[in-house]
Amino acid sequence: MRDKNLEIFKKVSFVRHFELQVFKNIKNKNIKIPAYLSAGQEFISSSLSYFIIKELKIKPLIFAQHRCHATYLNFGGNPKKLIDELLGKKSGTNSGLGGSASISSKKINMFGHDGHMGTQMPIGLGACFASKKPTIIFLGDASIEEDYVMSSIGWASFKKLPILIIVEDNNLSILTQKKVRRHWEANDLAKGLKMKSVNIKDDPKDIEKSKKLFFKEPFLMNINTTRLFWHAGAGEDDYKRFDRYEYTKKKIGSIGKEIDQKIKMEVSNLWQKQLEKQ
Amino acid sequence: MAKTVRETIKEIVYYHLKKKKFLAMGQCLSAVGWVGGTLPELYEKDGMIELSMADVAGGGIATGAALAGKRPIYIIRYQGFNWYNAPMILNYACKSKELWNVSCPIFIRSIAMEGKIGPVAGSSHHSLYYRMPGIKIVSPMTPKEYKGIYEKFMKGDDVYYVSEHRGSFNNHKELIDVEINRPNLVIFAISITRFEAKKAVEILNKKNFRISLCNILWIKPFKVKKKMINQLKKAKYGGLVIDDDYEDGIAKNIANDLSIISNKKIHTLGLKNKSAGFSKKGDNLPPDCKEIISKIEKILVKK
Repeated sequence: MRDKNLEIFKKVSFVRHFELQVFKNIKNKNIKIPAYLSAGQEFISSSLSYFIIKELKIKPLIFAQHRCHATYLNFGGNPKKLIDELLGKKSGTNSGLGGSASISSKKINMFGHDGHMGTQMPIGLGACFASKKPTIIFLGDASIEEDYVMSSIGWASFKKLPILIIVEDNNLSILTQKKVRRHWEANDLAKGLKMKSVNIKDDPKDIEKSKKLFFKEPFLMNINTTRLFWHAGAGEDDYKRFDRYEYTKKKIGSIGKEIDQKIKMEVSNLWQKQLEKQ
Repeated sequence: MAKTVRETIKEIVYYHLKKKKFLAMGQCLSAVGWVGGTLPELYEKDGMIELSMADVAGGGIATGAALAGKRPIYIIRYQGFNWYNAPMILNYACKSKELWNVSCPIFIRSIAMEGKIGPVAGSSHHSLYYRMPGIKIVSPMTPKEYKGIYEKFMKGDDVYYVSEHRGSFNNHKELIDVEINRPNLVIFAISITRFEAKKAVEILNKKNFRISLCNILWIKPFKVKKKMINQLKKAKYGGLVIDDDYEDGIAKNIANDLSIISNKKIHTLGLKNKSAGFSKKGDNLPPDCKEIISKIEKILVKK
């Protein structure tokens, strides 16, 4: 169990330091495009990718949301290509056309996002229905409010597809909180549409409890998490945030600090090399 | 007797599903009439997919099926329904190759009809798609044209908007361009207006009006035979583009293109700038033979 937690922590650490580098490179103007940072939300895709790829040995079709760096990195995307994409280079994941929000990779079955909130739900559903392959769709807590997302959840449930819907619920649409926008939770919606669902924290232990249901039947997980930085770009919002990465690092003690420092150096070198190629 | 457009479409859909093992999808496909008799009586096990009544999501599901390599024929029973069906097709499927290097071919069967069916269901709405990149727009009105378009779709990996019209479903004849030596005017007709334009040209030419007729199959990219452009260049009074969509759409775009190519004045005729009502009096119908003749007479007299 400890090994598993450390493996997940390493994945989280990699994404965290990657995103801190993105932050830094937006500030110093090496990155000149709008970027949507996953920092704070890394535990979701780090845990899921660990359970799905490493333990269940499944390589799903992946439909991410605009805040997709963590999804790409955790499911096996090449970080150098992501750096190049953010720098707008031809050698990027999408030849510099995808930017931060539309990352795709044929190698890991990850399809690009078109920039409209929640379209990945019906599009991913169509791919799942047509191929019958295990499919994971990431949504934000705002995109689940899109009418076409709701109707797609209904059809996925009706057709009993091997689909896993993940709502990365950071409680915010830009800065508008959920309580201002609605009075229901994503899992309530799923239940109403006869789909199994849970509403949990982004703690790997909580995520693991649902593992047995992955791709066996349509399943929705609303996972509560925290966005560390601005909706887009490099800045910090003015509110108190829980940071699971820092919390876990502290909890696991010296080994956590060691992993953090080692990966920080690794990621920093990686960025340095890619920047030098410019 | 030669096959009708209806029979041709039905055969193509059967072949697409049963021989090629691809998909056809849409709403109320198996309902009364099987979409004007253009669908074979097949079901989900055969690849004929009944979607829920969620239009916007439907376009997304078709897009996803295309990403999965199933080359869906996506059936939209009334072209006006594209207002809700188009978003993900245009913003994802049509851009997929360019942005992500992933093919996403969809064959959109978008069907027009008109006459007392109100402001949404009536007429063609192909202009809605026209301004966006990555889409091919065609409007086949004959069996041979339809078959040719399907074959082209199957050879490539593009999104095709196939602007059909129920008025053509019984047609079994090919429509031939009319070339007049040194014409007064050349008509460029789209969709169902091609049939009325043909009638108008026959009547006008009997009166020695000297009108040529060019049938437009390829709307985007816009393709016409070179000889018809040469006809236009020689035409004393320029050209006239006729469409089954609002005049402030494709008709004016094509008129502009033709004007630049030929340096001639190009007129347009299409649906009027008003909503269609359900009564005969309040309807908004495509230009008929009488209206076309009247427009041409005005152009020629004014000159």
